[in-house]
Amino acid sequence: MTDEMREGGLELGAGYRELDARFPDAVFSESFGQVVCRVPRETLVAFVDAAVEQGFSLFVDLCAVDYLRRDPRFEVVVSLLSLAPPRRLRILVGVPGDDPTVPSITGVLPGANFYEREAFDLFGIVFTDHPDLSRILLPDEWVGHPLRKDAPMGSVPVQFKEANTAS
Amino acid sequence: MSNPPDVVTGDTEAPDAAAQSAPSAPHDVHPAGARRTQHDLWLSGTEAPVDTGRFTDEGAQEMLLEEDAEVLAEQMGTLVADDYETSTGGPSDETQIINMGPQHPATHGVLRLQIELDGETIRRVKPIIGYLHTGMEKTAEALTFMQGPTNVTRMDYLSPLHNELVFSLATERLLGVDVPPRASAIRVMMTELNRVASHLLWSATTGLDIGALSMMIYGWRERELVLAFFEKTTGLRMNHNYIRPGGVAADLPDGWEDDIAGVASGVRAGLKDYETLLLGNPIFLERTKGVGVLTAEECLAFGVTGPMLRASGVDYDVRKAFPYSGIDQYDFEVPVTTNGDVYDRFIIRFEEIRQSLGIVEQVAETMPLGDYRTEDRKVTPPPRARIDQSMEALIHHFKIFTEGFRVPEGEVYEAVESARGELGIYMVSSGGAKPWRVHVRGPSFAHVQALPAMLTDSLIADTIATLASADPVMGDVDR
Repeated sequence: MTDEMREGGLELGAGYRELDARFPDAVFSESFGQVVCRVPRETLVAFVDAAVEQGFSLFVDLCAVDYLRRDPRFEVVVSLLSLAPPRRLRILVGVPGDDPTVPSITGVLPGANFYEREAFDLFGIVFTDHPDLSRILLPDEWVGHPLRKDAPMGSVPVQFKEANTAS
Repeated sequence: MSNPPDVVTGDTEAPDAAAQSAPSAPHDVHPAGARRTQHDLWLSGTEAPVDTGRFTDEGAQEMLLEEDAEVLAEQMGTLVADDYETSTGGPSDETQIINMGPQHPATHGVLRLQIELDGETIRRVKPIIGYLHTGMEKTAEALTFMQGPTNVTRMDYLSPLHNELVFSLATERLLGVDVPPRASAIRVMMTELNRVASHLLWSATTGLDIGALSMMIYGWRERELVLAFFEKTTGLRMNHNYIRPGGVAADLPDGWEDDIAGVASGVRAGLKDYETLLLGNPIFLERTKGVGVLTAEECLAFGVTGPMLRASGVDYDVRKAFPYSGIDQYDFEVPVTTNGDVYDRFIIRFEEIRQSLGIVEQVAETMPLGDYRTEDRKVTPPPRARIDQSMEALIHHFKIFTEGFRVPEGEVYEAVESARGELGIYMVSSGGAKPWRVHVRGPSFAHVQALPAMLTDSLIADTIATLASADPVMGDVDR
């Protein structure tokens, strides 16, 4: 899924090619017939900006995945769409578990605002330079980030008070 | 159950195990013997010491009296384009912040809007969501791919079949399973009928919201025709669990062609009534024309899709751009208008009902014969009759429904056009019988986010019409 695939003749269409040429550290690959691009988090904002210029102007989705024991632990997934011709672009950004910060893309695409808040809320990934990073789905006083794989599923111990079962 | 395990999330082995660094011991949050408090249970164990506390102060989700410039621009809807003539001039000192919702009959669910008013004019809006959050994405990680549709169908509860379809499409793409033509045709027919039902309910409740009370009754009346057909086919009026990975749960019932014809003619007749009732009514025109305008530019930046996007003049429909389930073999038009106001959203949705009925009739005419689910025994249980004869079939049946089937490792994004817009799913499989991660990209989530851009500088009385025209389903927003 890395350089070898890129050299192994992944045919990039127009729009993707320009991005590939401009960002040498962005690695394009294909996953089940869909174009995927791995971008280091330092260049994420510049990459998204360039992608919007290339016509990928409809913000579709931003979410996070926790791969627990993989390195880097988290992955932030940004989906963009170009209208004419209809093409999708999926940007994957690896985020280490001990420093879960990603630059926010809200400056380029304001639509990412709620999605980044959701990823922060559920995964504890901090989007730097986000204007208003707060919890969005869970209450403010919630402790922890429940979609992390090491977050225990909600089971509250029931304290049976010395029930006298002997009869 | 006094000692719940620390890692209980579907499969415990992360995908792409080769890429992992030295496998560490399971994170031991609670040393042996340490007494658990109830609070500990919600702590996620290995969190790096990131100071998130400053982001989650009490009241962080609420609108403040003083905000910095960027947040202000977001709440005033001027981030993308400042297209409001009345937004010049500073605020008077007589502003007040009011709450609309979360318990409000016109917010279509538990949506809360904090609105800063200057007299009757809205200056700032902040949508606050999460009141219906039930952690369905987390639940999805604990259910097998077979059980998945039961979960996702409850997200956008007005178009449940679209949810099931997108989940099934994603699973099938990972599996590499082909669906028989009849199953695809049934899927298209049912989802298009679902679009009709959802748009009918939308026009009914939106009509009610802007004062057309009889619209409420008519809309529900025609929707009932569609729901009756759903009940006959799937057994339920909503939350069907009808479309499953590999096909659909059951074949169409006897006499379905007549039912379809009845639904189509009934809804068409109703549609004529609505148009007479609404589109010529001066009060209706007054309340909808030029209200809640979104420009095409704003739509793209905020991720607004579906009828809202098409009302703003952008011709994008997932059914045309990325056809699924063979929907491209049917003949239909995608209506597009340019004003981007509430009136145009009515026009678009009425026309979409017509187009969807056209698709449904075409499917009914050309319905292929054959299986309604794949013959791939990996995902489809053996037929009921075989279970009585063969021990192997019984075991096979049992295994599919208890363990589920394994889905190859990988990740996909799959999208369909739901009644509200692009309904996407991002699914990661680790090679097990349960998905590693399921993220649903609900169209309503993006639409709620665009509310400030629509509402600011309009009158408080227009809030209801604008909000209703966005058609937010809170189950889809909060998941």
